[in-house]
Amino acid sequence: MSQASDHSHGSGDECSSCRGLCKETMKDGIYKNNPITCQVLGICSCLAVTNRLENALVMGGALLFVLTLSNLIVSLLRKQMPHRIRMIAEVAIIATFVIFFDLFLKAFYFDMSKQLGPYVGLIITNCIVMGRAEAFALQNSPLMSMVDGIANSIGFAIVLALVAVVRELVGSGTLLGVQVLSEAWYVKNVLFVLAPGAFFTAGFLIWAFNAIHPRPQSETGA
Amino acid sequence: MNPTPVVSIFIASILTNNILLASFLGMCSFLVCSNSIETAAGLGTAVTFVLVCTTTLNYLIYHLILVPLGLEVLAFIIFIAVIAAFVQFVEMFVERFSPSLYYALGIFLPLITVNCAILGASLFMVLREYNFIQSVAFGFGAGLGWTVAILIMAGLRQRMGYSNVPEPLRGTGIVMLITGVLAMTFMGFAGMINM
Repeated sequence: MSQASDHSHGSGDECSSCRGLCKETMKDGIYKNNPITCQVLGICSCLAVTNRLENALVMGGALLFVLTLSNLIVSLLRKQMPHRIRMIAEVAIIATFVIFFDLFLKAFYFDMSKQLGPYVGLIITNCIVMGRAEAFALQNSPLMSMVDGIANSIGFAIVLALVAVVRELVGSGTLLGVQVLSEAWYVKNVLFVLAPGAFFTAGFLIWAFNAIHPRPQSETGA
Repeated sequence: MNPTPVVSIFIASILTNNILLASFLGMCSFLVCSNSIETAAGLGTAVTFVLVCTTTLNYLIYHLILVPLGLEVLAFIIFIAVIAAFVQFVEMFVERFSPSLYYALGIFLPLITVNCAILGASLFMVLREYNFIQSVAFGFGAGLGWTVAILIMAGLRQRMGYSNVPEPLRGTGIVMLITGVLAMTFMGFAGMINM
């Protein structure tokens, strides 16, 4: 979780190097340290909402909103916050934004809110949000923290969407509700809409990512 | 109010609606701490205990304080605060009065605050409109179900030490695939109970 500390560069951001650093932070979040594939964080809320692509995209949006703003606020308050109570303060900040998003969904997209059920609320315990606040926002300037939040949530959303595309396509032959595989010849594999399909898809996805990018130190345990 | 009988809720939350295998909750600690059976058993016990207590507490706070005041909006923040405070309190209590239990369970307690299964159970309890007895039964069943799942996985992983898993699949990948098979197995119980 402390992998971000290598580019903690103090608070005073020199504008000359700022752009390059922004780009690097962005790339790290989206690709190199992709939140799910490398850190395997936040996987629980990830899988439950991937039965349809639409749900996965809304979840990605929720994370973008929460992570960006919570990183910003945590970073703004990082000098004022006493070290001992930082955890609970972070949780309170994150929970506030999650409540905002939940109320927004309930007010304007009630059906979506019903479909996502408790999983919007579970963003609070999503390890990515807390992890980024701890590992990045506490050490870096507000602007960089926002960039980091955006990058990490885009990376998260991409993986979520990947799993969702596989599950919706194989499971119901549709994408975003539009029929892609004709019912005339395609037999739906309902297993992929159900829970096991999510585990299989995620497992194979991790396998593929690891095969493309072998990690130098493989995890212990088989 | 939810008309499902208490016994069905209890059994369903262990088998058919297993909080880990059907609702994907508590995956983080499941992936990380399922290496040995002892760790899994310790963590499972701690999760079950905290689940029962926090669903009870959250039920009371939600229905006796938040609903009368019309503050249901704050449910998320109150629930997570209750869970964090409760875990902290139990940690201090156990450390003071039972050092041996502290060494068995204590190390897992801080992990539990961020375990999504705990918050998830409280949120499910509100969404499914359980009454008090149902909530307690659900909390207990969910904890047992989680423990069963992590124990099976720990047993399988210990056996897997002898098998030749392809290099890129080692670690999280193979655990995910096995969890998928486990989830399929548990779906076999579906005819038993309808929720």
